[in-house]
Amino acid sequence: MTPFSYRVATSTTEALAAAPDSSERFLGGGTNLVDLLRQNVEQADALVDVSRLPASIDETEDGGLWVGAAVRNTALAADPRIGARYPMLSRALLSGASAQIRNMATVGGNLLQRTRCAYFYDVPGARCNKRVSGAGCDAIGGFTRYHAILGASEQCAATHPSDMCVALMALDTVVHLDDGNEKRRLPLSEFYRLPGNTPHFETELRTGELVTGIQIPSCRAAVNSTYRKVRDRSSYAFALVSVAAAMRVENGVIADIRLALGGVAPRPWRAAKAEAALAGRAPSQEAFRNAADAELADARALGGNAFKIPLARSTIAAVLGELAGDAA
Amino acid sequence: MRITVNGTDYPVPDDVRVSLLDMLRERSGLTGSKLGCNQGACGACTVLLDGERVLSCLTLAVQAAGREVRTIEGVAAAEGELHPLQQAFIDHDGFQCGYCTPGQICSALGMLEEFRRGDPSHVTADLAGGQARFSHEEIRERMSGNLCRCGAHNGIVAAILQFADAGAGE
Repeated sequence: MTPFSYRVATSTTEALAAAPDSSERFLGGGTNLVDLLRQNVEQADALVDVSRLPASIDETEDGGLWVGAAVRNTALAADPRIGARYPMLSRALLSGASAQIRNMATVGGNLLQRTRCAYFYDVPGARCNKRVSGAGCDAIGGFTRYHAILGASEQCAATHPSDMCVALMALDTVVHLDDGNEKRRLPLSEFYRLPGNTPHFETELRTGELVTGIQIPSCRAAVNSTYRKVRDRSSYAFALVSVAAAMRVENGVIADIRLALGGVAPRPWRAAKAEAALAGRAPSQEAFRNAADAELADARALGGNAFKIPLARSTIAAVLGELAGDAA
Repeated sequence: MRITVNGTDYPVPDDVRVSLLDMLRERSGLTGSKLGCNQGACGACTVLLDGERVLSCLTLAVQAAGREVRTIEGVAAAEGELHPLQQAFIDHDGFQCGYCTPGQICSALGMLEEFRRGDPSHVTADLAGGQARFSHEEIRERMSGNLCRCGAHNGIVAAILQFADAGAGE
């Protein structure tokens, strides 16, 4: 770890009080950033600890919820309003990491954890375009069991590891940002970038900009929602494939469907093609499989991750079948 | 600002890069908390920070300034009598080499508090149904952040069940 300075911010104003040319980084629970600094994957000159900013979960005017960026993952998962109105979000959070890490990790930090793979972490041993622009990628042609099948590029196929963000993506969550001069809001779908030729840029976050919180809109369908995570061990492992889904069936047809995938792409993946294939249709296993096929038509495997394509197909169909219940 | 560990105040390290774990072990003589992976994968360094179980290897000591840390050294009664959970680990062979044990015990104490306040887990069927039933399955899931390479997990679960069933709240 290279030397860095440290200060605690107790308000957004304090957090954003740095000089404009400052290289300060924001520190949440530290479960990713401290690790990255220690492994010398990243360097920082200065940290601003924003984990003690006010952490509230409040009702919004449209019947949704506002969640402050400093809310811990444990608190969000256990909030009875989340459990009742957005069960897939509680389920996603509870399937992520370990209890200790969920106690530390903040919502803002979870959003901004790095898209990563083992080669990204292997500073002395592997080339990585994400660490050193243009250096090459040793994952491609290497061990690719955990890599992306959707949205990857020639430069990078690492996956975004968050479970929380998969559920938030399905819920049309909006991220609130503040750099001290301008406040702006971005839908999560526009917040994350695909790697393309610039895999080191993972989000639209600007230098010095702070995630102040997220806004989860009201969503009737989400009352009937869940999150299923398929992984190499039954707890405390990243997703091979995960599915966040919500479904509302009215008069025998799908009136609202929300579907997002984790473990398969460099960002939380909204399955818009599958949603389009299902909207207005009668729920059935055939319809679910066809929707999954529509989403996965563009999937490309690197070798070791080829199993993810049929695994994603069957997991999508199984989760949708579970939500449809007797209606399918 | 000081860091309170098991009721005693310690200075915050001048070098802000020092982890809470290194501060405990290398600067405070509290070697009960163990260094395993040093990257948040094993749970051997688990301590209680303001009552919540956290990984001291991924916590900067400076982040604990003004807060209370409880380590394995603060679990037993002052006169040296074992905490009932420690005794339960002995009764059920909840360890072989013992390296992961301080983290397991601190983690279990934090876990039981999470359980008492009604926090659900990944295997809790009803998110809104109040307290989940305290079962083998619940304990395994809630303790999954603490690895035991000797493979004493069944004994660990049995020890926690015995302690919880005895109603031996703190």
